[in-house]
Amino acid sequence: MRRFGLFFLALLALQPADAAETRLPPREGEAQAQLVIESTTDFVIFEPVLLAFQQRHPDLAIIYRELTTNELAAHVTAACEEERFVADVVISSSIDQQLKLVNDGCGLPLGAQAHAGLPDWARWREELVGLTFEPAVTVFNRAYFSRRPPPRSRFELIDLLRESQDFVGRIGTYDIESSGVGYLFAFQDALQASTWGRLVESLGRNRARLFCCTAEILNRVADGRLLIGYNVLGSYAFEHAAHDPRLGIVLPSDYTLVMARAAFVARAARQPALAEAFITFMLSPEGREILSTDMALLSPVDGAERLEALAEDGTADPQTLRPIAMTPALLVGLDGAKREIFLEQWRAALPASPR
Amino acid sequence: MSTLAPETARGQSIAYRLGVAMVLILVMVVLASIVAATRFGQTASDETFDRLLRGAALQIAERISVNDGRVVVDLPVSAFELLSLARSDRVFYRIIGPDGQTMTGYEDLPLPRSNAGADAIYDARYKNTGIRAVKLTRLLAERSMSGQVIIVVAQTTRERAALAGSIATNAVLIIAAAGVLLLFLALLVLRVALKPLARVERAILAREANDLSPIDVPAPQEVAVLVAAINRFMGRLENRIEAMQNFVADAAHQIRTPITALRAQAQLALEEKDPERLERLHRRLYARSVGLGRLADQLLSRALIAHRADTALRERIDLRRVALEAERETRAVSDQAINVDLPDEEVWVEGDAVSLREAVKNLLNNAVRHGAAPVRVQVERREHHAAIMVCDRGSGIPEALAARIGERFTSDGISPDSAGLGLSIVASVAAMHGARLVHRKDAEGFAIGLEIPMIRS
Repeated sequence: MRRFGLFFLALLALQPADAAETRLPPREGEAQAQLVIESTTDFVIFEPVLLAFQQRHPDLAIIYRELTTNELAAHVTAACEEERFVADVVISSSIDQQLKLVNDGCGLPLGAQAHAGLPDWARWREELVGLTFEPAVTVFNRAYFSRRPPPRSRFELIDLLRESQDFVGRIGTYDIESSGVGYLFAFQDALQASTWGRLVESLGRNRARLFCCTAEILNRVADGRLLIGYNVLGSYAFEHAAHDPRLGIVLPSDYTLVMARAAFVARAARQPALAEAFITFMLSPEGREILSTDMALLSPVDGAERLEALAEDGTADPQTLRPIAMTPALLVGLDGAKREIFLEQWRAALPASPR
Repeated sequence: MSTLAPETARGQSIAYRLGVAMVLILVMVVLASIVAATRFGQTASDETFDRLLRGAALQIAERISVNDGRVVVDLPVSAFELLSLARSDRVFYRIIGPDGQTMTGYEDLPLPRSNAGADAIYDARYKNTGIRAVKLTRLLAERSMSGQVIIVVAQTTRERAALAGSIATNAVLIIAAAGVLLLFLALLVLRVALKPLARVERAILAREANDLSPIDVPAPQEVAVLVAAINRFMGRLENRIEAMQNFVADAAHQIRTPITALRAQAQLALEEKDPERLERLHRRLYARSVGLGRLADQLLSRALIAHRADTALRERIDLRRVALEAERETRAVSDQAINVDLPDEEVWVEGDAVSLREAVKNLLNNAVRHGAAPVRVQVERREHHAAIMVCDRGSGIPEALAARIGERFTSDGISPDSAGLGLSIVASVAAMHGARLVHRKDAEGFAIGLEIPMIRS
């Protein structure tokens, strides 16, 4: 039962009937073309950049379909095998699943200018490109940490969890069985450092609470139901913290994982040229500006510098940033057998606990 | 069109021919090197990337274990990081358990042909693209489990082809650069090597028109042969010109004296009234003009001989015929009887019939004029030689003249009547035939003639 891909097949039943679909009519007149984007990102987050792209192509209609990472992967895998059209552009924060899709030949090569400024880690072949620059951060409740410093690194976090009983049931992180991003960060953590084992143990001892989604963690940390959120997507955290002073953010100083939402143009795309133009636009100075200012998504092209401006003084050290490279090594985390082994270790330390 | 080819071929310079030959050879060498470089690039690239594949498969094999009677595959990330060294190649893998079922990975990844053995490395096609795959078999021998696990790791071939291409391209660039450099150097060497020719050419062009002295230019062996040939030719030319000048000077000298005498006597005859003395003057005039005629004849004969010595073809001739013709032509200008004494068989010698006839005619003329009748021409066969002799009953040539036979004939005042001029012609003919001018004097009289090497038939 540990076959590779079976995991997706099980989810295939979940046809995105419940997928949120947003239609952007052309700005002027009749639609000359229609660009279909399937994504795991909330529409509101990409809305500014979609509208800006439409300004350049006023006669373009956009259909933006929102799915969970696993739904998206299953959906696109099935379509790819049947060589059926589902979307022109596929964007997901689950970059391992995206990489597997491209590895299986579901992507189209892009022109050189589509990925011109990208660093090597943020692209694979000429097909998969990173669009954002999102660190995995630790969030904390400012009220609780008003009298003591928040944990700056994983070592400090482990020590804090060991010393204090305050955190029992009040530390949260992703449920890596249901959150693609959570699994990705956890798997990379396990590869990066020896702290992982101790950290998982500490989380288990403090009966850490597991969540599917970033917003749930952020809201709970802000209102004090949780004191610390570990490995939270920085883009959402910065966005939330921008208008919620109760939330504090730390970029772990031992190392900070950075993830780039990965996009590719589907092989069966109906508008490959427009799809490529959209990706090129996202990475252009104008697109980067929108991603970095309207949202805290940043861009792989210049994300490291912009992150320094966003983070609290001195906490963002470019030396500690560890971008998750888009290489076939990501396939290992997706391997059915490997995933089973990894989850077994996780479950052993963190038995599912009531929320 | 076909006639053009040899002409242009003759006109091509040595530098051009050598240059074309060198370019052709270099082009062939470069082409062969390119083929070799391409193969080498392919092999080198295959070896490199096959090592990656094998290394990854080995790392995976190491992480296969048996746990609670179950085969567990714990894929190592390092194996995939190894494969990721081929930056843009897609990676496929498949692990088949002891029951023959795919445990994890791509279920439809092709296996090698069944006879490929436990471990194999092979090319295949998967997901519409060419792949290179390695198959590794791990034998399990645990208490609870025995059997084999098959590990297949495959990669697309893009980086492999790119590396092969870049190795080959680099090699080809180097080879091509070396080729161009070699060509350049070769042409340079060619120029240097052919420089002596240009030097000889300049030396010849720089000469005065009448300078026929040997060319003295330092030249390598090959060119020295050419220079020597030119020098020999110029030497011959110089000899000819000198002979010609000598002849003109001699002839002028020879003819001027008798003509002056002739004119003086003709003038005397015009003023002479006494019929008896006039009669005597007439006779003398006649004798003088006959002598002058013979002198002119001999001068021309000598010029003819000198010319034929250089140009006439040597042919097989019967000496008896020479004797007969000489006798007949001599008899035409003189009424004296000449005996002919010939052997019965042909007497073959190699030479120029005209020159030999002139020589014998001169000898006969001398005998008729200076010797005593009867005059006889005879052909003799000797051991290795044939001889053609002219005999008479006279006392022969004076000792002083005999010693100087063959010298330039005008070195003293030999009169047109003397035998000297004729003998010098005979001596020239002898020299040109490798013959000897022989003479003997005995009780029978005087005999003179040529001893010529005979051809045995």
